[in-house]
Amino acid sequence: MEITILFYVFAALTLIPAFFVVFSRSLIHAAFSLLFTFMGVAGLYVLLSADFIAVAQIMVYIGGILILLVFGVMITKQVTDVEIQASVGRTIPATIVVAFAMVTLIFILWPVNWMQSDYLPEIEGTTMELGELLMTTFILPFEVAGILLLVAVMGAALIARKPEEVQS
Amino acid sequence: MMEIGITHYLVVSVVLFSLGVLALTTRRNVVLMLMGIEFMLNAANINLVAFSRYQGLNLHGHVFALFVIVLAAVEAAVALAIVLHIYRMNNTVEADRIADLKE
Repeated sequence: MEITILFYVFAALTLIPAFFVVFSRSLIHAAFSLLFTFMGVAGLYVLLSADFIAVAQIMVYIGGILILLVFGVMITKQVTDVEIQASVGRTIPATIVVAFAMVTLIFILWPVNWMQSDYLPEIEGTTMELGELLMTTFILPFEVAGILLLVAVMGAALIARKPEEVQS
Repeated sequence: MMEIGITHYLVVSVVLFSLGVLALTTRRNVVLMLMGIEFMLNAANINLVAFSRYQGLNLHGHVFALFVIVLAAVEAAVALAIVLHIYRMNNTVEADRIADLKE
């Protein structure tokens, strides 16, 4: 029963600010409501007994990506600025098409009898097993992801530099 | 209220994905379009973790979700660098007003 209530709380915490991001006219409000969406998704992970993923979500998304996005908004805009919305002639068709796709997807997945086992192994958290998997079965993707991170950080620093600094 | 099953999580994920697509298509600000992409990646992650949980906590799904989080971080860093560069060149980040790829 508590799980049910918690699920609806976290689902609302995820989706209501997400609506706000899509339809809000103030850029900075949209950027900050992203915080609640990411928190809600982390809560859903906890309900799915994915403790490590939940903590990674909070650290990477809220501690990293959200800060980057807020920086991006603040650097490229005055905080008080209001975005000029796309013309109604473009927003309404897009909304209709996306809503149609959403309803179709829900109608497709609702009647499916998904394989569901409520069995939960007796383990204290997933972190240890996850670490073992990353160091054995998934060692190659793990290392490739590390190299990708290094290359991406170097590339981002190179792109974001001022052009005249590159020449000197 | 019915028991929470995998379908509930999938519906949340579908709605979040649709909102991401909507943000990507209707917003003109490049940073907000990026937020839409983050929504879509998050929706995919919810699916991965939910399927993993309802197969008796099969952790392979968690590993995949972790890689998606890494890719999202990489994408945000590079994309923000590009946005900064575009802003310096064009003095705007509205996607409609950006016409040139180089000076």
